[in-house]
Amino acid sequence: MAKRTRSAALAVLCVGVLTAAGACGGGDDSSSGGDANTITWWHNSNNEPGKGYYEQVAKDFEADNPGVDVKVTAMAHQDMVDKLAAGFQSGDVPDVYMERGGGELADHVEAGLTRDLTEDASEEIAKIAEGSLAGWQVDGKTYAIPYSVGVDGFWYNKDYFEQAGIEKTPETMSELVDVIDQLKDVGADWAPISVGAGDKWPAAHYWYFSAVRACSKDVLDASMESMDFSDPCFLRAGETVEQVIETEPFNPGFLTTPGQEGASSASGLLATGKVAMELQGHWEPGVMQGLTDDGKGLGERTGWFPFPQVEGGGGDPAGQLGGGDAWAVAETAPDVAVDFVKYLFSDEVQQGFAENDMGLPTNPAAIDSLSDPALADLVQVRDEAAYVALFFDTLFGPSVGGAMNDAIALQFAGQASAQDVVDATQQAADQEK
Amino acid sequence: MTSTGAAVAATPAAAPTGGASEDDGARHPSVPGAPPGSSRWRQRLEIALFVTPALTLMAMFVVWPVVSAVRMSFFRWKGFGPMDDFVGLRNYEQVLTDTVFRDAVVHNLTIVGLSIAVQLPLGLLLAVLLNRRIRGRGLLRTIVFVPYVLAEVIAGVVWFQLLQPRSGLIEEILTTVGITPPDQGFLGTPDLALWTVFVVLTWKYLGLAVLLFLAGLQGVPDELYEAAQLDGASWWQTQRSVALPLLGPTIRTWAFLSMIGSLQLFDMVWILTGGGPANATTTMATYLVSQGTQRGNYGIAGAASVVLFVVAFVMALLYQVLVLRRDTADQR
Repeated sequence: MAKRTRSAALAVLCVGVLTAAGACGGGDDSSSGGDANTITWWHNSNNEPGKGYYEQVAKDFEADNPGVDVKVTAMAHQDMVDKLAAGFQSGDVPDVYMERGGGELADHVEAGLTRDLTEDASEEIAKIAEGSLAGWQVDGKTYAIPYSVGVDGFWYNKDYFEQAGIEKTPETMSELVDVIDQLKDVGADWAPISVGAGDKWPAAHYWYFSAVRACSKDVLDASMESMDFSDPCFLRAGETVEQVIETEPFNPGFLTTPGQEGASSASGLLATGKVAMELQGHWEPGVMQGLTDDGKGLGERTGWFPFPQVEGGGGDPAGQLGGGDAWAVAETAPDVAVDFVKYLFSDEVQQGFAENDMGLPTNPAAIDSLSDPALADLVQVRDEAAYVALFFDTLFGPSVGGAMNDAIALQFAGQASAQDVVDATQQAADQEK
Repeated sequence: MTSTGAAVAATPAAAPTGGASEDDGARHPSVPGAPPGSSRWRQRLEIALFVTPALTLMAMFVVWPVVSAVRMSFFRWKGFGPMDDFVGLRNYEQVLTDTVFRDAVVHNLTIVGLSIAVQLPLGLLLAVLLNRRIRGRGLLRTIVFVPYVLAEVIAGVVWFQLLQPRSGLIEEILTTVGITPPDQGFLGTPDLALWTVFVVLTWKYLGLAVLLFLAGLQGVPDELYEAAQLDGASWWQTQRSVALPLLGPTIRTWAFLSMIGSLQLFDMVWILTGGGPANATTTMATYLVSQGTQRGNYGIAGAASVVLFVVAFVMALLYQVLVLRRDTADQR
């Protein structure tokens, strides 16, 4: 009797577990979107004017394509990244979404999640500069249409440079060191450079760009292919970073400073005049605007100069480090989603995108529509670049990139040598093989 | 879940077991003491009805995630696509040989130890003081308890701003009284970061200790105090020899909660330092989040979570057997 009751309870438990397991595992076969005329679209322009602009774009597309319904979801960047990761796990991916390229995209392609656009969007692809497109290609095929690509560089406060008597922005590493010394001499209540080493990637940009300067394109390409970092130029990259760290140019507490969140973040410190410069991507003016009360960021005082050359480095002086965003179509999406992505890249939409300062358009017809002069400088450097190497954490994927960033953050804390960074990266890369 | 577990356990014990096998019991209702068949079925139905919702929820949100984490820990998996790259115990090997993870375990254990060593005496002292009849006692109790009510993330963000190097309020205060704060701030100096996090945690969780101890003190009968006073015991002697021993079960329960909380520590560290600087404040939980959701090494994160589960489980079990058994034994 007692046994019977117990086994009944056990049966109930089993049923419960199975129901739950079924409920958890059942999401696999649900396809995204629904019918052939509904497009789900996720983007990260969740502030005005971008949000409203994209809503209008979706409406225009619906008007041009009767019967098509575009479901737009705007979210904060990190929310979108997290939701996409969850979506890829469950197979419930939006039809049109953002890809950052590199190793991440290669993984999605390998898992059969992302659609090949090489044929379907050949006209659009032909318009994009080769340097800007490479990050979204896997084995010669293009899987996403980059709509905003920028290069990394130093954003600086023109007033502080003037106060320090700096007439020319630094072009080599030793000039950068001189500039840091000059800034230190005048800056009583501000530091020369802010870096969000708490988030790791802003610190890692120094190493990435030093590697782009120290290594020839052939070496970089080969190392991406073979995941081999034994070339001495990678060690040289670490030594270059060391050279900067030794001048102690960074804001107090930089090891836990966040990159972009709040006024005490690295971007916030530049926007509020607590530092003279910061190495950051092309999104910096927009980030700074969001961190100041008047919504202007550094405004007129904003200046930009490219990453200095590493003396004797093997890299092409016109090579750049950068990254960007591209529209990708899920494998499960209806065909009309491809048309929508092509529309997003059209002259008309990209011009509006540029006018609203939403990013750096890749469609040549939209370049002249950029309103911010600092961004126009940057686009010129981008389009004259011999090549744009993708941010390494994107290029090598989150696993190797994460290990690399961790080691570089340790180097910034004085707890890892240039060799340690190479070793940690190689170790993570070996596990990928 | 404990109440449900008790209900399930109680039912078979209440039913007469006799020597009859289950089939006999069903076919021969004449077995002495056995209830008639229909009521037995009713009883089973009742159990099923009451227990199923709770068990289903537990299966969905506790059992299933645990099972899938264990499964994940044997694979190399990036978080999407088929999970088919079986690697055996390699993820465990990697986690256990990773100095960052081993440091994380040490940090967790440090917080466990410090919490008990610092918060226990401090909490007891405050509870004993707040148990006296003093003016504004209610207000003082509220003040002590407020940090605990505050959401952890909000408290973390507030402290993060207070601790900002140069511009933060804490450094300003210290500078005014002539103390030079560390050059990189309290959170940015690897040697100080864990201690700083611990200070914030103490500020946050001392209220809970005080609340529990106060509740425990309420349970000490007044007669005992009176008897002690009649015997000529001083106030301190009364507290030490009467109140404290009677507070034993409460202290042991609090220490258990504190230990489990310290082992699972995540939110406050994540907000204040993100595990940095230079991995000085990583915990097992921050390690598994950074490996899992940030780097897409779900297998390694799975293995780390299993290790965390085992560590917490073993410590909880040992604590139950070695320390808490005294309290439960008393009740029997």
